[in-house]
Amino acid sequence: MHVHVKRAGALIAGSLLSASALADWQMNMSPGVTDTSNEIFGLHMTILWICVAIGVVVFGVMFWSIFAHRKSKGHKPAHFHENTVVEILWTIIPFAILVIMAIPATATLVDMYDTSESEVDIKVTGYQWRWKYDYIEDDFGYFSNMSTSRDEIYNRMEKSENYLLDVDNPMVIPAGKKVRLLLTANDVIHSWWVPNFGVKKDAIPGFINEIWVKVDKPGTYRGQCTELCGKDHGFMPVVVEVLPEEEYNLWLADQREAAEKERQLTEKDWTLEELVERGEGVYATACAACHGQDGSGGGGGAFPSLRGTPVVTEDIQAHLDIVVNGVSGTAMQAFGAQLSEADLAAVITYERNAWGNNTGEMVTPKEVFDYKNQ
Amino acid sequence: MSAVADTHAQDHHHGPAKGMTRWLLTTNHKDIGSMYLIFSFAMFLLGGSMAMVIRAELFQPGLQIVEPEFFNQMTTMHGLIMVFGAVMPAFVGLANWMLPLMVGAPDMALPRMNNWSFWLLPAAFLMLVSTLFMQGGAPNFGWTFYAPLSTTYGPPSTTFFIFAVHIMGISSIMGAINVIATILNMRAPGMTLMKMPLFVWTWLITAFLLIAVMPVLAGVVTMMLMDINFGTSFFDAAGGGDPVLFQHVFWFFGHPEVYIMILPAFGVVSHIIPAFARKPLFGYASMVYAVGAIALLSFLVWAHHMFTVGIPIFGQLFFMYATMLIAVPTGVKVFNWVATMFRGSMTFETPMLFSVAFVILFTIGGFSGLMLAIAPADFQYHDTYFVVAHFHYVLVPGAIFGIFAAAYYWLPKWTGTMYDETLGKTHFWLSFVGMNLAFFPMHFLGLAGMPRRIPDYALQFADFNMVSSVGAFMFGATQLLFLFIVVKCVRGYGEKASAKPWEGAEGLEWTVPSPAPYHTFATPPDVK
Ligand code: HEC
Ligand SMILES: [Cu+2]
Repeated sequence: MHVHVKRAGALIAGSLLSASALADWQMNMSPGVTDTSNEIFGLHMTILWICVAIGVVVFGVMFWSIFAHRKSKGHKPAHFHENTVVEILWTIIPFAILVIMAIPATATLVDMYDTSESEVDIKVTGYQWRWKYDYIEDDFGYFSNMSTSRDEIYNRMEKSENYLLDVDNPMVIPAGKKVRLLLTANDVIHSWWVPNFGVKKDAIPGFINEIWVKVDKPGTYRGQCTELCGKDHGFMPVVVEVLPEEEYNLWLADQREAAEKERQLTEKDWTLEELVERGEGVYATACAACHGQDGSGGGGGAFPSLRGTPVVTEDIQAHLDIVVNGVSGTAMQAFGAQLSEADLAAVITYERNAWGNNTGEMVTPKEVFDYKNQ
Repeated sequence: MSAVADTHAQDHHHGPAKGMTRWLLTTNHKDIGSMYLIFSFAMFLLGGSMAMVIRAELFQPGLQIVEPEFFNQMTTMHGLIMVFGAVMPAFVGLANWMLPLMVGAPDMALPRMNNWSFWLLPAAFLMLVSTLFMQGGAPNFGWTFYAPLSTTYGPPSTTFFIFAVHIMGISSIMGAINVIATILNMRAPGMTLMKMPLFVWTWLITAFLLIAVMPVLAGVVTMMLMDINFGTSFFDAAGGGDPVLFQHVFWFFGHPEVYIMILPAFGVVSHIIPAFARKPLFGYASMVYAVGAIALLSFLVWAHHMFTVGIPIFGQLFFMYATMLIAVPTGVKVFNWVATMFRGSMTFETPMLFSVAFVILFTIGGFSGLMLAIAPADFQYHDTYFVVAHFHYVLVPGAIFGIFAAAYYWLPKWTGTMYDETLGKTHFWLSFVGMNLAFFPMHFLGLAGMPRRIPDYALQFADFNMVSSVGAFMFGATQLLFLFIVVKCVRGYGEKASAKPWEGAEGLEWTVPSPAPYHTFATPPDVK
């Protein structure tokens, strides 16, 4: 115990050091990398300076009064208590300043709302607690999960440079092209934000919001979900990789090919053996951690055995349902969106035929596809 | 003004009842005012300790003290308790104590309802706080409780939260009715509307705001209740409902609500600044009109909290312009306060210190509000720490400093004893430094890109978070000093206060002795 405490202390000290080495006391908005973000930055600075100027005048008069017109200095109070001209003036002047400010703000807003003539369309869906990017024209999509480890979060490991801002699969877009994002959500409201793009919009279940972004400079840009969306709201970063056009096209071709393979796997006529073979691999990576390598369960009874249970050996619909939709309120997650149809079919078939569950039954990827889309 | 005449009228009245029943059954506006103030301070400490948990967790990157689930419960409860438990009841307490004294009335117009509206509050907050101990924990969806996070995905305790909000709402509405009835019917002869003290004016307008929007809040939580328990789909997209509808309804309540929390403070400083500048308030009439204008505009700006939900561009522009417009009457008020100080003969006792800080820091909060009003820029600011900085600047040095200023200003009247000036000033300076240390760096954090309501943050935000936490601890600890100062005063340790302890103070409340007798103005004073 004592050693643990000491170790934790050392680690905290270590993470502190690395934190201070990285921190940069940033005090202002950064202009960002898009025209929109630059325009916003301009508006921000203008209104900031206007406020500073007003502040200097108002606080100037106030501090002067505080300094000079105090009783301890023997200052006698005046008795005026209104002055129509002054009062009208300080109503009209701020109004005029506001009108001047509203003009560029309106122009920027109109520009931000213009989502027409986009060259790439990506559907962005917020989930608790990750993003999904669907490339609409190219028929593929994938999830983007935070990849910072629990060990870093719980101070058992030194924090990496992009602590909390790293994902497994970033969204990828081409440089120099107008990309339109269609935002929605699967469960609660999320909000998609990349500060450097000057783009933030809520992803709302049942709604589709549109935004656009055009980034000229290739690079990796980071942001976060900004609408409280539950427990792991702080742990769903947004990472966008902007690639030069040729590289983007290569990436796109790869993704398309992989998606095509995936589709072929779904369409293909599978035999029981093929499915079981594939399922064994899927089971080992996705399920064994809880249900045990040999299906006998784990976690001291917290994770049930899959040997000879009614769900696994009899009711095939229930089996499909549990694996695709999970059991809410338990550690059994919904794998429907995480695994492909082929993998789902394979792992279910595997479970129904391994460890003495010799049902001889199989579920095909097509059946899974139909089940998911019913 | 015939205060002396009143004192002998007291003899025919009975004094306070003895023991617990005095407090349970009282219909006396001073007792009820005191109970509101004590309750509010207790809630301030409770909500404050939750803020301390939040700042302790955010002291460093990584999760050290609490889990994200509990962190979210803390941010939610902190907000709810501070808004509904600390700030609003404090102003109702001030209203109870001061409105009858300021308009020369013997009590509030509806004393029994007054008792009832107070005693509903402890019930409501007992229920709200008990959710912390329920299975699934307390509400964890933010004080704005956006659906569907608070409906389909809320913890089981949400239903209790809804009931608590209903009770608070009833309490506020009854309090507001009482204020309006008192002000409109019980003013001393000769006190025309345009002769009313500004605290009375601001409370009158606040009460109308309350009556207008608390039913809307009740409506939105009732819709939640139905969604959660009775199978409706007001806010559930899957059932044809609309999650954005929630936000429209909530903020239709929520925006006027922020003025409910600040207008009475405007009133308070409009008394204190002239008193300590020894010079009449500049622009009384324009102050009244400005408050009226702010109140009206507050109904037309709600969607500025929703610039990122995707309302059509014309809506966006309308709400941007309307919001910017609020800066005009708010500016008028600030200019008037400064003009009141200008060429006065100022002294800086604690109430004045809090009031001057109010003007400066509230104005800073107003500036960041103006920045947030610029819709395109709001896309960058929204839901970041910039917003957290903004609303803490209008609420802490705004509402809460206003309440402190009022407490110090009127404590001699309430207790008959002067508070300890040195301690009062210490309380002010520690609060001032702590508060700025806690909240100013939040502007930087927000601009640098830190979202709000997160239990852990990326490394570039580490330094300012640490500064902010230190400031918050300082501010938090300092409030115990206030408790000490007040208790000392109530116990009677300190100089005896005269009927009018402040040289420049004006108003009927200073015509009655200190401490104010249990019954005052049994015969109305004459106002010229
Ligand atoms: C994080 C731990 C975890 C992982 C990983 C996991 N499960 Fe589960 N699984 C559970 C728990 C816990 C239950 C029991 C749920 C309940 O209480 O009904 C369960 C139940 C099941 C059941 C129902 C068992 C029965 O007889 O009622 C099946 C089938 C199942 N899981 C399949 C899978 C498959 C297939 C995978 C991999 C794709 C998987 N699980 C991965 C934790 C896990
Ligand atoms: Cu989210």
